[in-house]
Amino acid sequence: MSALYSLLTVLVLILLAYFGVASAHLGVLFGTVIPFAAIAVFLAGLAYRVVKWANTPVPFRIPSTCGQQKSLPWIKQGRLESPSTALGVLGRMALEVLLFRSLFRNTKAELRDGPRLVYGENKWLWLGALAFHWTFLVIFLRHLRFFMEPVPRLVNLLADVDGFFQVGAPVLYVTDLVILAALLYLLFRRLRDPQIRYISLFTDYFALFLLLGLAGSGVLMRYFTRADIVAIKELAIGLVTFSPVIPKEVGPLFFVHLFLLCVLLAYFPFSKLMHAPGVFLSPTRNLANNNRMKRHVNPWDYPVKVHTYAEWEEEFHDKIKAAGLPLDRE
Amino acid sequence: MAEKQPKPEDLAQVDYRPPKKGWMDPHVDFRKGTYCYSALAKNIEYLGMPNPRDWQPFNADWKLPPNWKQIILDGMKDRLEKYRSFRLFMDICVRCGACADKCHFYVGSGDPKNMPVLRAELIRSVYRRYFTPAGKAFGALAGGRELTEDVIKEWFYYFYQCTECRRCSVFCPYGIDQAEITMIGRELLNLLGLNINWVIEPAANCFRTGNHLGIQPHGFADSIGFAVDELEEITGVRVEAPINRKGAEVLFVTPSADYFGTPHYYTLLGYLQLFHEIGLDYTWSAFAGEGGNFGLFTSHEMIKRLNNKIYAEAKRLGVKWIIGGECGHMWRVIHQYMDTMNGPANFLEVPKSPITGTVFENAKSTKMVHITEFTSDLIRNGKLKLDPTRNDHWNVTFHDSCNPARAMGLFEEPRYVIKNTCRNFHEMPENTIREQTFCCGSGAGLGTDENFEMRMRGGLPRANAVKHVHETKGVNVLSCICAIDKANLSTLMEYWVPGVEVAGIHEFVGNALVMKGEKERTTDLRGTPLRGKEAAHA
Repeated sequence: MSALYSLLTVLVLILLAYFGVASAHLGVLFGTVIPFAAIAVFLAGLAYRVVKWANTPVPFRIPSTCGQQKSLPWIKQGRLESPSTALGVLGRMALEVLLFRSLFRNTKAELRDGPRLVYGENKWLWLGALAFHWTFLVIFLRHLRFFMEPVPRLVNLLADVDGFFQVGAPVLYVTDLVILAALLYLLFRRLRDPQIRYISLFTDYFALFLLLGLAGSGVLMRYFTRADIVAIKELAIGLVTFSPVIPKEVGPLFFVHLFLLCVLLAYFPFSKLMHAPGVFLSPTRNLANNNRMKRHVNPWDYPVKVHTYAEWEEEFHDKIKAAGLPLDRE
Repeated sequence: MAEKQPKPEDLAQVDYRPPKKGWMDPHVDFRKGTYCYSALAKNIEYLGMPNPRDWQPFNADWKLPPNWKQIILDGMKDRLEKYRSFRLFMDICVRCGACADKCHFYVGSGDPKNMPVLRAELIRSVYRRYFTPAGKAFGALAGGRELTEDVIKEWFYYFYQCTECRRCSVFCPYGIDQAEITMIGRELLNLLGLNINWVIEPAANCFRTGNHLGIQPHGFADSIGFAVDELEEITGVRVEAPINRKGAEVLFVTPSADYFGTPHYYTLLGYLQLFHEIGLDYTWSAFAGEGGNFGLFTSHEMIKRLNNKIYAEAKRLGVKWIIGGECGHMWRVIHQYMDTMNGPANFLEVPKSPITGTVFENAKSTKMVHITEFTSDLIRNGKLKLDPTRNDHWNVTFHDSCNPARAMGLFEEPRYVIKNTCRNFHEMPENTIREQTFCCGSGAGLGTDENFEMRMRGGLPRANAVKHVHETKGVNVLSCICAIDKANLSTLMEYWVPGVEVAGIHEFVGNALVMKGEKERTTDLRGTPLRGKEAAHA
C-alpha cells in the first residue's frame, strides 16, 4: 500500500508540473520561484540538521571494531577495520563512503533442514547501491555543463567517458542506463523480498519513485523528445546567476524534471536521505579504536552514587576479620 | 526446570514469513519461554531506581506511574541531546535490510521485530511522531507511531530480546548499532521501573557486596582458598592467592562466575597456576571482586556506578596496574567506558609486564590489560614452559565473544594462546567468527531459565557453526573468553550439539603449564585422565 501511495504521490507531482506549465502557464512558478525555494530549504535544512548532529556530544568512544586491535607489536593490526590513528579512521571512512565497505560484507543466511544454517554471498544490494550512488554523482557532474559557460574541460571529459560506446545520436550515456537499472533493482528488491517489504515505509518508496521520475524524465528529454538544450541552458544559467529567464522553447517535460529535482532537494533534509551527511558522523565508524591509549572525555559527565570501600568494610567488618583479610579500620 | 522444554527439532522449524498485520501494531503476546521475569522491588529499591513494585510482564497492569508518557518523552529528549549516536541512529536508517538476517534472534525466531532494523523502528517510530516535523504533521504516513502502553510493553519484550552483541552494526552501511539503541531503550524503560530480575539482582548484589552472586567477603576468601587446595591436589604445588593485599604490583579483576561457576572454575585454576608460576606480585580484591558489569544492560549511569570500584580499589591498594580476566561485556566496559567514566587513572602506571618487560602501550591510559594480551606476551617471550600434549584430549574451536570481538578487536591474542597450549584447533566457518561472530544468545542479561526457548533460538546460529566443526573436524570443546558464554554455551551445546564441552582459554593454559615442583599430572584440571595416563590415574 505504501508503495502505491508513493507512486501516486509522485505521479501527482509529475502531473502538477506538466499541466502547471502546459495548461496554467505557471512557468515562472516552476522555473524560478520553486527552484529558489527548494534550494533555500535544502541548504538551510541540511545545515540545520548537520549542525544539530555536530552539536550533539559524543559521550563515549564506541567504534565497532571489525579487525584486530592494535596491541602487541608482533600482532598485525587491522589498520582499516580497527584503526587506531586519525589516518586509519580516514581510510576506514573513505572505504565506507566511497565503496560501501560494510554493505560489501552482506551475506544471506538460510536455514535448511537439519537444521543447517548456510551463508551465501549476497552482493546485489551492494552493487545496486554503489551503482546508483556513483552514477548519480556522475550525472550530477555532467549536468554542470548546463550551468557553466564555458564548460569546464573535466565536465566534458566526464561526458565523453560516459558516452564511450558512441551508440546512437545523441550519444547514449552509460550512466543513464545504469541509474535506471539500479533504481529499478532497488525498488524490485523492496517489493519482492517479504521481509524488506514488511519494513518498508511510504518514504522508502517515495524516494525511489522520485528518483526514478527524475532520471526517467531526463532520459525522455535527452533521447526521445529531444529537448531544446540551448533554451534549457539559458534557463539554468539564469537561475545560478540570479537573473532568471523562462525561454518559451522549454517544454513542460523539462519542468517536470526540474520540479522533481526541487521536491527531492526540499524533501532531503526531512528524510532518510540525510544518511548521506550522516554517515560521516557515525560514532561506530568515525572514531579510532584507541580507547585504552587515549582517554575520551564525556562533556556532560556527572558524579554518581557509588558504594565506597569504607561503606563496604563497615557492613562486612566482622566477616572480613573472620576470613583473615586485612582491614583499613580495625 | 519446571517448564516443559521445546524439542530442538521443533525449534528448528522457523517460519520467516512476516505476519499479515503491519509492524506498527504493537501488541505482544508474552508467551512463556520467550521473556524474562520482572525485577524484584527490593533490588530496584536498593539501587535507588524508580518505581519499585510487584509486577510481571504477563500481567495486564504493569503499574506504570501516572505520568509515564511524559517520563518517556522527556527521557528521549534528554538522550537525543546527550548522545549523537542515538540522534543519528534515529535519523539515518534507510531500511535497506542488510542487518535483517544478521541478528541471531531473527535467524532463530523468524519474528520480524527481531530484525535489527525493525527493533530500532519500534523506538524510531515514536521518535518520528514526537520529535520530527514530518512525523508530527503526517503521523503514520511519515512512519510515526503513537506512544501507548502497548508500545512500552512491546519495547520491553524486544529490547530484552536483544543481546547488545553489535553484529548488526558490522553490516550496517552507516554503522547503526542496535546495541546502542537497545541500551537507550532499556534506560528509558528503567525510568518506569521496567527491568528484569536477572539483570537487576546481579547489579544490586554487585553494588553491595562486590560481585553478582552476592557473595560476602568470607565466602569470597573461602572459594579462592578452596581453589588453591584443589589445585594442590591436582598439581602438587601450593599457590599463593592474596586477597585485598596492599602494595601488590597488580590488581586482578575477573568475573565472579570464575570463582563460582562451572566450567569457569577451571579457568580460575589456570589463572592461579599462571600467576604463581611466573611469580607475579598481585592481589585479588573481594571489594572489586567482579569484572562483569550489569550496568551495561541497565543504564549508562549504572555502568559508571558499578565500574567505579575497580579504579577505587586499585588506588586504595596502591597497585601499579590492573589485569582483567576472561569476560565479554566486562571488556566492553573496560575498553570503551571505564577511562571516560571513572578515569583518568593518573595514580596508576603504564602497564609493564614484570616478567618480559613488555610495555602495554595499547593500555597506557586505561592501565588495564586483558589476560590474553598478558599471557600471549609471556608465551611469545618464551617465559612459560608448556606441554600442549596435556590438552590432546581436547579438539578445540574458538568462539569470539561478542564484545571482545566487536568492541575491542581482540582476535589474535586468544588464538595465539590456544595454538600454543593445544595441538588440535579448528576454526568455525568464517561467517561465524571474528567480527562476524554470533552471540551465545543469552548475553545482556537474558540468560535466565524462564527465557529458555528464546535463548536456544538466539543461540542457534552459534550452535550450528559448532555443530559443523563437531561433525567435520571432531571438535569436542568450544573455547571462549566470556563468563556469560561459559554459562550459556554449556546449555546451548547440551541442547543443540551434545558432545561438545565449553572451556575458558586459561583452562588450557593451566593444563599445559609445566610448573616447578609439580607432581606428575595424570588428570587435567577437570579430573579427566590425560591421554596415555588413563592407567596411571586408575
